[in-house]
Amino acid sequence: MKYMIHPQEIMETLTMLRAQNLDIRTITMGISLRGCRGGSGSVLGQEIYDRITTRAAGLVAVGEDIEREYGIPIINKRISVTPIAVVADGLPREEMVEVGVWMDRAAREVGVNFIGGFSALVQKGFTVGDRALIEALPQTLAETERVCASVNVASTKAGINMDAVYLMGRMIKDTAELTRETDGIGCAKLVVFCNAPEDNPFMAGAFHGVGEPDTAINIGISGPGVVLNVVKQHPGVDLGTMANAIKNTAFKITRMGELVGREASRRLGVSFGIVDLSLAPTPEAGDSVAEILEAMGLERCGAHGTTAALALLNDAVKKGGSMASSYVGGLSGAFIPVSEDQGMIEAVEVGSLSLDKLEAMTCVCSVGLDMIAIPGDTSVETIAAIIADEAAIGMVNKKTTAVRIIPAPGKREGERVEFGGLLGRAPVMRVNPFSAELFVKRGGRIPAPIHALTN
Amino acid sequence: MAEEGYRLIITTIGHDRVGIIAGIANILAAANVNILDISQTILQGFFTMVMVVDFKNSTLELGEFKDRLAEKGQELGLVVNVQHEDVFKFMHRI
Repeated sequence: MKYMIHPQEIMETLTMLRAQNLDIRTITMGISLRGCRGGSGSVLGQEIYDRITTRAAGLVAVGEDIEREYGIPIINKRISVTPIAVVADGLPREEMVEVGVWMDRAAREVGVNFIGGFSALVQKGFTVGDRALIEALPQTLAETERVCASVNVASTKAGINMDAVYLMGRMIKDTAELTRETDGIGCAKLVVFCNAPEDNPFMAGAFHGVGEPDTAINIGISGPGVVLNVVKQHPGVDLGTMANAIKNTAFKITRMGELVGREASRRLGVSFGIVDLSLAPTPEAGDSVAEILEAMGLERCGAHGTTAALALLNDAVKKGGSMASSYVGGLSGAFIPVSEDQGMIEAVEVGSLSLDKLEAMTCVCSVGLDMIAIPGDTSVETIAAIIADEAAIGMVNKKTTAVRIIPAPGKREGERVEFGGLLGRAPVMRVNPFSAELFVKRGGRIPAPIHALTN
Repeated sequence: MAEEGYRLIITTIGHDRVGIIAGIANILAAANVNILDISQTILQGFFTMVMVVDFKNSTLELGEFKDRLAEKGQELGLVVNVQHEDVFKFMHRI
């Protein structure tokens, strides 16, 4: 039985894991709540709690076992559930909050740091429950610690629900206000989507879609540090060659996700959903997407050329990753959150990266405007208009876009907000001071684009 | 789990010195862990020893086994990694 892996390859893997922050960012267990019934927030909440704590009882232990045996850091174990607006439709606002509190308890009980799915899908319009859930968002996010919320307000097929966009503008503002003493951290747990994926393992936007099985394991990988290293090792090569090098690396890091996903689902006796092959930065040095773009030859992230560099990166990650996994899904691509990426923070602070440039970058990255702090006095209408722009980009380009924005209470442009941990810190960015009020207040629905008519 | 699922790869990295193989191998023998293959080389300026071992009949739990190796590593001034073989197979072989 001759050993068949070269020491050089072993060292490459070890270097990725030890020195370049390669990790499995999350094992997320998706749990369907469609079987849960209850005529009140407390009855339904209890049933949801029971289901989550039963199904996910072994999640954290299995994650830790795999981490130990394989020597791969698994940073987070998380849970996503069926959009609560679907499960709890009919309950009034206060009882929606109660359901959220039960979710929080369940997350605490099984030891996961976030639970996603306090969500509603309203791209075409609201049900009574959708509206109640959305109106329950500020209080729920303020009263819970681990619950993550998302609302899908637009899709390529349905267009943009501008009433929902406006309502979300207000909810974001209210959420910031209710979590004022922590710089508006409630908003860090709230995502507004266009074309939300139903199998996304990453928070805060994870939920377990209605077309999903009872339970599934979805894996989110990471590894900006590994890609950064590869780019640095190829100075001066042409962009095609560099893209290829990134592809090779993306393949390797995605294989880790595939391995962990298969093993976790086998041990938990749960079907394996997808690997989300995203480059998810953290505030740690060397774990930055902005730094990758800079290593490609940009003086600073945000300089002209940034969108092109990001497009190359995003595509190469997908091409390499899709070969490595049997099922790829979720968001898959490069994330560009500001507060969670040291390079992005610095780029904003030196004046290289603006909100407008970030918006352009979202046309070619995997998600959208993410973890961006804006002045606390930004109007509801302006926040809604920012969401509408982002939704339009997603709708027309048939991609997921999202807005996770924090109008930091009492803070002005140039000041800072601190969230701590993976959420990081963010400089408060400039918002265009001119008004979109009359446009936003028109309400209604922006029709789906012509290329939605594909049948 | 398949037969090969019990194979671990132990990587020892640091400065070369007397007694590395003996030190590590003693722990393996005491735990009834069989060495299937062993190689040593200089990589990136560091002494690197790679062992493939069969963990199937180990008398120790994996956690304790790893702790003992880590302890020995510290004593010898080396870093010892213990990982399931699949990590490397998955990453480098299709």
